[in-house]
Amino acid sequence: MIEVTFTLNGSPTTVQVDDTERLLDTLRDRLALPGTKEGCGEGECGSCTVYVDGLPANACLIPTFQVKGRGVETVESLDPARLAPLHESGATQCGACTPGVALTALWILDQPELLKTHSLRELMAGNLCRCTGYNGIIEGIRKGLTEQAAREGRD
Amino acid sequence: MKRFEGLEKLTGRTLFIDDLPLENCLWGATVRSPAARGTIRQVRVPNHLEGSGLVLVDHRDLPGPNVVSLITDDWPILAAETVRHRYEPVMLVAAESRAAARRAAAQIEVVVDPLPAALDFRQTPTAEQIQVGDDNVLKQLKIERGEVDEALAAAPIVVEGEYETGAQEHVYLEPQGMAAWLDGEVVVVHGSLQCPYYVESALTRALDLPAERVRVIQAATGGGFGGKEDFPSIVAIHAALLAIKAQRPIKLIYDRGEDMAATTKRHPAWIRHRTGLSEEGQILAHDIEVVLDGGAYVTLSPVVLSRGMIHAAGPYACDHVRIRGRAMMTNSVPFGAFRGFGAPQTLFAIERHMDVIAKQIGVDPVKLRRLNLLTDGQATATGQVIDDGTDRQQVLSRALDLSRFTYKRSQHTAFNAEHAYLRRGIGLACFFHGAGFTGSGERAMKSLLHVAGLADGRVEVLSASTEIGQGTTTIFTQIAADQLRLDPEQILIAQPDTWRVPDNGPTVASRTTMVVGRLIERACDNLRERVGLDAAATGTELQAALVAWHEEHPDEELLGSARYQQPPGIEWDDETYRGDAYSAYGWATYVAEVEVDLRTYTARVIDFVAVQEIGKVLNETLARGQIQGGVVQGIGWALLEECRWQEGGMANHQLTNYIIPTSDDVPSIRVAFLENPYPHGGQGAKGIGELPLDGPAPAIFNAVAAATGVDPRVLPLVPERLMELIEQ
Repeated sequence: MIEVTFTLNGSPTTVQVDDTERLLDTLRDRLALPGTKEGCGEGECGSCTVYVDGLPANACLIPTFQVKGRGVETVESLDPARLAPLHESGATQCGACTPGVALTALWILDQPELLKTHSLRELMAGNLCRCTGYNGIIEGIRKGLTEQAAREGRD
Repeated sequence: MKRFEGLEKLTGRTLFIDDLPLENCLWGATVRSPAARGTIRQVRVPNHLEGSGLVLVDHRDLPGPNVVSLITDDWPILAAETVRHRYEPVMLVAAESRAAARRAAAQIEVVVDPLPAALDFRQTPTAEQIQVGDDNVLKQLKIERGEVDEALAAAPIVVEGEYETGAQEHVYLEPQGMAAWLDGEVVVVHGSLQCPYYVESALTRALDLPAERVRVIQAATGGGFGGKEDFPSIVAIHAALLAIKAQRPIKLIYDRGEDMAATTKRHPAWIRHRTGLSEEGQILAHDIEVVLDGGAYVTLSPVVLSRGMIHAAGPYACDHVRIRGRAMMTNSVPFGAFRGFGAPQTLFAIERHMDVIAKQIGVDPVKLRRLNLLTDGQATATGQVIDDGTDRQQVLSRALDLSRFTYKRSQHTAFNAEHAYLRRGIGLACFFHGAGFTGSGERAMKSLLHVAGLADGRVEVLSASTEIGQGTTTIFTQIAADQLRLDPEQILIAQPDTWRVPDNGPTVASRTTMVVGRLIERACDNLRERVGLDAAATGTELQAALVAWHEEHPDEELLGSARYQQPPGIEWDDETYRGDAYSAYGWATYVAEVEVDLRTYTARVIDFVAVQEIGKVLNETLARGQIQGGVVQGIGWALLEECRWQEGGMANHQLTNYIIPTSDDVPSIRVAFLENPYPHGGQGAKGIGELPLDGPAPAIFNAVAAATGVDPRVLPLVPERLMELIEQ
C-alpha cells in the first residue's frame, strides 16, 4: 500500500491505495464517489472521464499514484445549473455514459476556443454513447455555448 | 416534458447496481468453457484455492432443474457433463473482493475433451456435428399465400439474390450485473434487467421456490437493446446460487470483456430472394428463404425467426408469397433478443434486393418502390389487410424532399467525375415494423396494470415496465398526468419490484408506450370511477376524492386496474402463420448519403434522413432520441461492427477492436415524423423502439452501390470487404 495525497473536488485528500490501483477504483471503492462509471476498462468509452488538473482523462487508465499532488475533479463536482441545456436537448438516455459526457461537454463550454481548430463531434469522440446517436449531446453543447455567449455579451 | 430523471443522470447521482453499497458482500466470478463443444472431463481447482474460504458453486448446487427456459428447456444454468459453446458457464466462485474472485476464477481450469463443433450455420452439418434432432434445426417456419410456383413460372422477369448479415453486440454502456441476498427465507435479486417477471420465473424454477420466496427488483439499468431481456435470468440465478451457498450477499458484475464474450448477440442471417416481376417492375411473386444462426441454445430464436420472416417481403403488395425459414443450432454463444428482433436482417435483404432488381431491369429504385408500396386494402405476406389510413407514398415523398434525393443524385455524378479518390452516392430504404408482440402474443400475455390512489392525493403507477434509457418513466408520468388532469409532480412511477407491481409483460417488442401506455389510461379511468368520479373530473376534484376515500378506508389500498384487451378485428392463426401479425405498424423511409474513400476503402455516412409515421408522437425529444440512437446503432451494424469468430468464440470481445460509432463517425441524424394517431395505443402512439434499426443498413448499402458501382451484399461493409469488392 502507498499513501497518495491530492486535491479531490477542491478538498485535500489522502488515501492509502494498492501500488497498481486505478484512479477509477480509488474514487469508487475507497472514496465513495460512484458517479464515475466503468464502461470498458481500457480507455475506449470515456464513461470514467474525470478532470486531472482541469483536463479530461480516463480514470481507468491512470494509476492512482500518478495523481499525487494533482487536482482531480469528478462528476460530483459539477454545477447542475450548467447541465440544463444538455437535459433539455436529450443528451442523456440510459445514463451510463452520461457522467463522462457531462464532464467533456462542460470542458468544451469552458474552452470554446477549441472549436477554432476542432469540430464538436471530434471533441466528443472520446465518449461513446449507445443510446442517443449523439444528436442530443451535440445540440446540448451548442445550446450551452450559445447561452454562454449571450450571457458574456450582456456582462 | 423533459426527461424525468435526466438531471439525476447528468450529475452522476443515478446509482446502477455496481454503484450501490452492499454490506458484508462477497464478489462473484464465473468459470467458463474454453472449448466450443465437448465433454467436461474435469474441473481443476488448484490446491491453494481449496479451503481458502472461497465459495464454489457448480450444477450440483441447483435445487431445481438446470435450465433457463424462454421457449424450450435447453439452456443450462451451469454446464454439467457437456459444453456447447465457448465461454459457457461451468462454475461460480465468490471471494472477499472483486479482484480475488476474478483471480480465483482464472486459476480454475475446465478440462474439455473436444467434440466436432458446428461453426457455420450456412453449411449442412456433418453427422458428427449433429446435436439437435437429426439436422441441428432449432425451428422451422413457413409463410405461404397464393400460388408461388405458378406465378414465378409465369413472371416475365425473375431476379435472384443472396444477402448476409453478421452478429452484433449490444454494447449497452452498463455491463450485466446483479446483486443477490437472503432476507429471511426470501431470495432477493436486484440488478440490471429489462423484464423482472422473466427473471422471477427463471429463479423460482431453478431454485425450486414458490413465487412468494423470490423477489426481483430492477436497479437503474444502463441500456438494454434486448440484451437485458434474456441473459439477466442467467446472471440472477448465478448470483442467487452463490448467495445461498455463502449465506452472504453477493455482487456479480461483468466487466466489458466478459460481457461481450459470454452474452447473447444479434442473430447472423443468410437470406435468399427469388422475385417474379412484370416488365414495369410490379412484384408478382416472392420466394424467400431465411436462415438464422441460433447459436448453442434455443433462447428466443423461434420468435426472432418469426418476426424476421413476417417482415421479409417488405412493405410491398404481392399476392403470391412463400417465405421459408429455419434457425440453426451452432456451437457459438446463443444469439438472442436485439432491438429489431430479426426484422433488421430480413429488411436489409429485401431493401438491398429492391435496388438490385431496379438496376437489373433498368427501373429507377424510387419508382420501383412507388409502384409496389402497400396501399390501404392490400395485404401483407401473412394476409393481413392493411387499412390504417397512413399514406405510405407520402412517407417516401417526405424523405426524398428532406434529403433532396434527386438533386443530390445529379450532383454526385459531377462530384465523382471531379474527384480522383472520393465517390459519393445516395440510397434509400422503405420499411415497416410491427409493434407489440407477434400474433396472439399480447392476448396470451393478459397484461395487468394498476395505478394506486394515495392518501396524500398523489397517484402511483404500478407497472413492471422498466426504464432502460428509452424514457418509460417520463412517458408514463406524462400519460397518467394527462389522463387524470394532474400536475406531473403528483404522479409517482414505482420502481419495478415483483413484490409491488403486477405483470404487464416484458419491456420488449416496441410495446411499452403503445400497449402499456394504453393500460395506464384505462387504469386511470378505473381509479376515477372507483372514487365515484367521471371523466369530466378535474385533477383537484380527483385528489380531494382520493384523500376522502383514504379517510373513510384507513389502511386500505385504492387501486385502479386495467387488463389488456385485444383491439377488435384482430385474427391470427399460429398454426398456418396467417392473419394479423401485428395490431399496428410503423412505416418509414430512410435516406443515406455516403462518401467512399477509394484509398482507404472506408464508407462514411455524410447525411442521413429518417422519416417515419408512428402514430402520435408523445414526446418529441424522446421520440427523436429513440430514432437517432437506433439509426446510429444501425450505421454501426452496417459499416463498423464485426464480431470476429475464433472456434465459436468472439475473438474481439473488447471495445478496442469491436468498433461502435463515435460522435465523429456519424452525421447529424435528421428526423421527421408523420402522425396518424393509432386509436388503440397509449395517447394514439405506435411503438418506435425497434423501427430505426431496420432502415440504415439497406439505405447505406444502396448508397455505396450508387457511389461506387459495386454490389455489396454482405454486412458489415468493413474496409476489408469493400476493398475486395472494389478491386475485383
